[in-house]
Amino acid sequence: MNTDAAPALRDDLDDNLRGYLRSDGRKGIRNVVLVAYLVECAHHVARHIVSRADHPDVQLIGFPGCYPNDYALKLMKRLCTHPNVAGTLLVSLGCEGFNRDALSAEIAATGRPVKSLVIQDSGGTRTTIDEGVRWTRETHRQVSNIERVPMAVDELVVATICGGSDGTSGISANPAVGHCFDRLVAAGATCIFEETGELIGCEQIMAERAITPELGREIQACVDKAARYYSTLGYGSFAPGNADGGLSTIEEKSLGAYMKSGASPISGIIKPGDFAPAGGGLYLMDVVPDGEVRFGFPNISDNAEIVEMIASGAHMTLFTTGRGSVVGSAISPVIKVCANPDTYARMAEDMDINAGRILRGEASPDEVGEEIYRKVIDIARGETSKSEDLGHQEFILTYKYFDALGPACLPRR
Amino acid sequence: MSKSDKRLLLLHEKDNVLVCCQTIPAATELWIEGQATVLSTQLELGHKLARRDIAAGEKITRYGLPIGSATQTIAYGQHVHTHNMKSDYLASHHRNAVEGRI
Repeated sequence: MNTDAAPALRDDLDDNLRGYLRSDGRKGIRNVVLVAYLVECAHHVARHIVSRADHPDVQLIGFPGCYPNDYALKLMKRLCTHPNVAGTLLVSLGCEGFNRDALSAEIAATGRPVKSLVIQDSGGTRTTIDEGVRWTRETHRQVSNIERVPMAVDELVVATICGGSDGTSGISANPAVGHCFDRLVAAGATCIFEETGELIGCEQIMAERAITPELGREIQACVDKAARYYSTLGYGSFAPGNADGGLSTIEEKSLGAYMKSGASPISGIIKPGDFAPAGGGLYLMDVVPDGEVRFGFPNISDNAEIVEMIASGAHMTLFTTGRGSVVGSAISPVIKVCANPDTYARMAEDMDINAGRILRGEASPDEVGEEIYRKVIDIARGETSKSEDLGHQEFILTYKYFDALGPACLPRR
Repeated sequence: MSKSDKRLLLLHEKDNVLVCCQTIPAATELWIEGQATVLSTQLELGHKLARRDIAAGEKITRYGLPIGSATQTIAYGQHVHTHNMKSDYLASHHRNAVEGRI
């Protein structure tokens, strides 16, 4: 890390993070044991195991589909070997198409504890739950002894998303998160933004921030793909309600969402489950599937995108909301940045940051951005976010298809 | 920077519009860029006001970036919206749009 950087609030604490060191060298800020169902038919059993283990660090994830899908397998591999994850129990019905052996082998290769329970071979619902609870409790006890090691800000991967947006999101919370992202990128961290379907209209502006012209063209192509995909589904990005809220054009609306990315150069494009290269920087995640339109909406709700960024290593997600989303996530904490002061007044118990102060003239976007940055550091140091305290551990994974990244997406620096 | 009412937010120095942070009723006297003016229409949260005179065809700038162009001359203090500006990207959809035509 560059210790000669301009002094800022509390930089003295930045090197003071402590993380759980994993075998691939990455460090986690949480130490979670996952219980993963591999088809909806195993969901109930897995959920009961998590309920009976009754600990915030024992969490439920899963994939509901019976038919195999390369994207789902890749994401489950990345999630179960995420630095915030210490071990995983796989719960299978037995006849589903999910490749549980490949997933189990991937986890075991990292040295993490893993066990597969197959309900059809274990004696049924109750027997599997009992066995799962025993394994999960014992594993959680074992991994609780893992020592934390020093960790620096440049080892963090931070994601951002907006959900439940209103007319305030683009003028308060999103520019403030953008400032925080610039601070993180300057400190050497990796930052991920996405929602290419909501960036339609600002692709030329975005392309100018790319570190190479070839990457700029890839950025335009991936927004074009999103525009095509959504219009095939019958949805434009600019709805009548947007104009009621004062937004006059699609580029104006998209820029509001785009402000979360800050002003740093864009270092590359990644797809869900891909890792950004070492060295930090700002990355755009292309979340819209490749090829013909299939499997329905790219992301059926906010948590699907949060999961995709976690699969690419995100330690936490900065979630901006105007109307008041309440979600958290399994695996990685969600920090709620509330754009609307009225929403904050109504729902303070769910909100970590009151960016609505900007609209009351009580703080500038940069000041709130600093506050978010300090919150990122505190959360990385183990402080829990509001959604964690409230027990939010939402998770969604659905079917998708992606081609491999093109060579221009990750220019060498 | 000249002073404007606290309910009007300047998102970037280069911008020619201010964004309204809370509902301001019509006929309210407002300070915009150090001058007093009287608001001709009610302004809702998220809506824009011209920070200075804007010529027809001129880019409307917000966040320091272009968000479209003025379709007519917009006077200082006027509401800036779909009635006097348009997208340079593609036309916006309206509730009353005729199918196949925007």
